Order: sequence, then C-alpha cells, then structure tokens
Amino acid sequence: MKRIVHKHPLAIRWFHWINFPVLFVMIWSGLLIYWAYDPYKIQIGDYVLLSFFPDSFYKALKVPFRLAEGMAWHWVFMWVFILNGILYVAYTFISGEWRHLVPDRNSFREAGQVVLYDLGLRKTQPPFVKYNGAQKIAYFTVMLMGIGSVLTGFAIYKPVQIAWLTTLLGGYEAARLEHFVLTVGFVLFFFVHVIQVARAGWHNFQSMITGFEVVKPTDPERPVNQPVTPAPTSDPLSPTQPALS
Amino acid sequence: MSQSTEPNLPEEDVPESVTRRKTLISFGVFALAAAGSTGLYKYIADSKNAMGVKRPLRLVMNENEAIAKTYFSNAHLVPTFDPKQAARPARVNGYEGIKKPVADDWQLQVDRPNAEPLLLSMDAIKALPKHEITYEFKCIEGWSQKQHWAGARLSDFLAAYKLGTRSGNAPNPDQPDDLFRHVGMETPDKGYYVGIDIESALHPQTLLAYENNGQPINAQHGAPLRLIIPVKYGVKNLKRIGRIFFSDERPRDFWAERGYDYYVGL
Repeated sequence: MKRIVHKHPLAIRWFHWINFPVLFVMIWSGLLIYWAYDPYKIQIGDYVLLSFFPDSFYKALKVPFRLAEGMAWHWVFMWVFILNGILYVAYTFISGEWRHLVPDRNSFREAGQVVLYDLGLRKTQPPFVKYNGAQKIAYFTVMLMGIGSVLTGFAIYKPVQIAWLTTLLGGYEAARLEHFVLTVGFVLFFFVHVIQVARAGWHNFQSMITGFEVVKPTDPERPVNQPVTPAPTSDPLSPTQPALS
Repeated sequence: MSQSTEPNLPEEDVPESVTRRKTLISFGVFALAAAGSTGLYKYIADSKNAMGVKRPLRLVMNENEAIAKTYFSNAHLVPTFDPKQAARPARVNGYEGIKKPVADDWQLQVDRPNAEPLLLSMDAIKALPKHEITYEFKCIEGWSQKQHWAGARLSDFLAAYKLGTRSGNAPNPDQPDDLFRHVGMETPDKGYYVGIDIESALHPQTLLAYENNGQPINAQHGAPLRLIIPVKYGVKNLKRIGRIFFSDERPRDFWAERGYDYYVGL
C-alpha cells in the first residue's frame, strides 16, 4: 500500500496546462505586435539600463515585420486565454480551492522565511498545507496579473467603445505600457516558476499531471507526516499542523 | 484577507498498482493533449492564406467583427482634448496613393446606384456644418498622437446628398436594411483603398476632413480631403479621397489584403 495525497484537482491541471501554450502564444504574438512600436526602456538619467528590445534580440527570434501575423494570433487566442481564465477563477472559487491559494496575513511572513530557506540562510521552512506563503503570493498575484492583462488588453483593443476602461487605466498610452509590464511580469514569473519546479523535484512536478503525490514520511523537504485530522477551527490563524504534501 | 482555515489535502491509502495505473493514464492523456495542441498549431500554420493571413485566424477575426458590432454605438465617443494639446505638425506615416501631386481639377466622385456619379468640389463639402475634433489618432503600429482635425461629418454628407441607401433617400436609423453595408473609398490613382462598415462611417465623429491644426490639409496628409475616422486605426483614415462608393460586399482594403484584420474597429 501507498499513502497518496490528492494535490491538484483534475480541472486545475487542465486549466494549468491549457494556459501554458496559450500564454506562450499570447506573449510571442504580443512581441510581434510590440516590435512595430517599441519605445519602452529602463533609463537612469541618460544611461539606458535596459532597452525593450535590442535589435539583436528581435533578429534572433525572427520578430521583425510580422505585425499583421502577430495581431491575428493575438486576437484569436485571447479568447482561449480569457475563457480558460474565467473557468479557472470560477472553479477555484466554487470548489473552495481558493483556500489553498489566497494569501492570508501570515503568508507574507512565511514568504520571507521561505526565501531565506531557499537561499540556505534558514534551516527549516515554515509548515504549509498545499502551497507555502511565497507560493500563495506568487500564484495569487499571477492570477490577478491575468485579469490585469485582459483588462489592459481590452482597453487598447477597444479604446473608443470601452473608453471608460481605457480612461480608468490612465489612458491609451498608459494602458499599452501596463499591458507590456504585465507581460514582462509573466515572463519573469515563468523563469522563477520553472527554476523552483526543477528544484522541487520530479514528484512535485508529476503531481501537476497525475494530481497526486506519494507521501514520503521521511522527506526532509516536507515536515513530518501527521494523521489526517481536521484543522483546528477555534484558532484558525495559529500555524497549521506540519504540512502533508 | 481570508479568514477561513485552509483545509488539509485529502489523503488515501492505495495499492501500488493503483498509483501506477493512475500515473500511466495521466501521462497518456497529457501526451495526447500535447500532441493535440501541437496538431492544432500545425493545422493553423499549414493552412492556406486568406488575404495574407492563415485562414482559420481570418475566420475568427471576422467573428470578432460580429462580436464587436454587438456593442458598437454612436454614443461611444472617442475621448477628446483641448486643441492646444494637439501635435504640430501631426505625424505623417505612409504615402500609398499620394505619391504623385494631386490633380488641379480634383473632384470628389461619389458613385450611386441607378444614377450618374456625383462630382463635387471642395465648396460642396465646406458648405456642410464644420466640426472640429482633437483626439488621439491611433496607428495600427501601436503609436498614438493627439491631433486636431476639422471637416464635415460623413453622416451629414450622406444625408445631404442622399447617399448610402438603396432607396436613394437619406440614411435613416430606423431603416437599417435600406443602408448598404459598406462604404468604399479610394485615392484618385487607386493606389490606396479602404472599406468601412456603414455603422462606423455614420459615427458622429467620422469626418471628411479638410483642415489640420486650423490650416488646409497639406499634401502629405492627403490634401484636399481625407477621411478622419476615430473609431478605426489610422490605416482606414484614407488620404486624398478620389472616389466613394457603397456596397454590401466588403470593398477591397489595402491593408486587409496584406494580412491585417479588415474591421480594425477601436
């Protein structure tokens, strides 16, 4: 016999793996669009720290002169991104899965401890149930960023028909910049996410495909296994039992 | 934030054969889904082009037009600004259709069903009420600029000359079936041409413009008469209008033929 823990519901796994290629298409086609007018840079005084993007970058990725193609892909796959996102948020809310995701007041302190632990500056990580504080903050934020991308996207897609939204976001030019910054955020998230998943190992990764993870009582990465008991309800804010995961 | 307790994850004791089977099935479905999405990409990428863009993408973009029309409204106006904020001079981008000087005997030709084409001078346009607008002109490339334009409303023009309808009456909002579905415009040399849905053409901010920053439009901006249509990207704002016509079919469109969305409604 093996003890398994059901970690990711089937729906969440579908939403996750649909989102991955769709978001990739959105970012790639977005880059084709951005190339046609690419004014953004990070500048300190006269010194350009980072230019979005250097010609060599565009050339290496074969970006130039593909605006029409980029718009076509962007305006088709946006619907898949939106639909998948709506279903994900609705499912997360209705199923109660949000309880694993939404950060609480302890999450920020925990996140700090997790970062210290990951950097080797702390011996133990704080106990957690499904996601640690840092994960909760990261995954919840990236969900909010998805909503932000849709809103800023529509603000630049229909700036006359939905002018109130464009105005609310600071105007047409501001909304375009916001849309871009959010995209950079997704790319940064992606790199950190992939590194962390690689660090967490195969069992964690495969649980996003199979949904379950075999419990190893002696896993040093996971605090000691406990019998399944309902979490105390009298004092919900006290640290929970060491995590099963 | 959340005050609720995070529940523990459900656990179960199962035989190893079960975990093995579950794993196998999950990875099998995962592989199938990956193959399916790769197949979808290949299907799109290997499709024939429809006007310069992959056919499946073109079909969805045309559906996007239908969706956009459900919330298009003449009451939705482009935000306007003080003319003092307008760029001087307004940015010039593109010379298709206006590479040679405009003819001295320029006239606006308007084709009508069952009637001789109308031939009009600038005086005829200027006789209509003049409207000014300062708004953010938006290029499909992504840049935008506050620009100040003035001219006659296209809707006033169509009403005054009883154009755009099958009956030969002035356009009547209560009789949408009487309207042709599109307006076509082209430069005198036919080097640049656009097609515009009739709803966008009748939008109150759509102008037959003859002034920029209070001066007659210069040659680069499409003298003597150009289209200013804030509900569209710049590509539809045809310069130096030579001919206007109406049709139910989509009139040919310079950039749509080159892979861009036909509607490009903002």
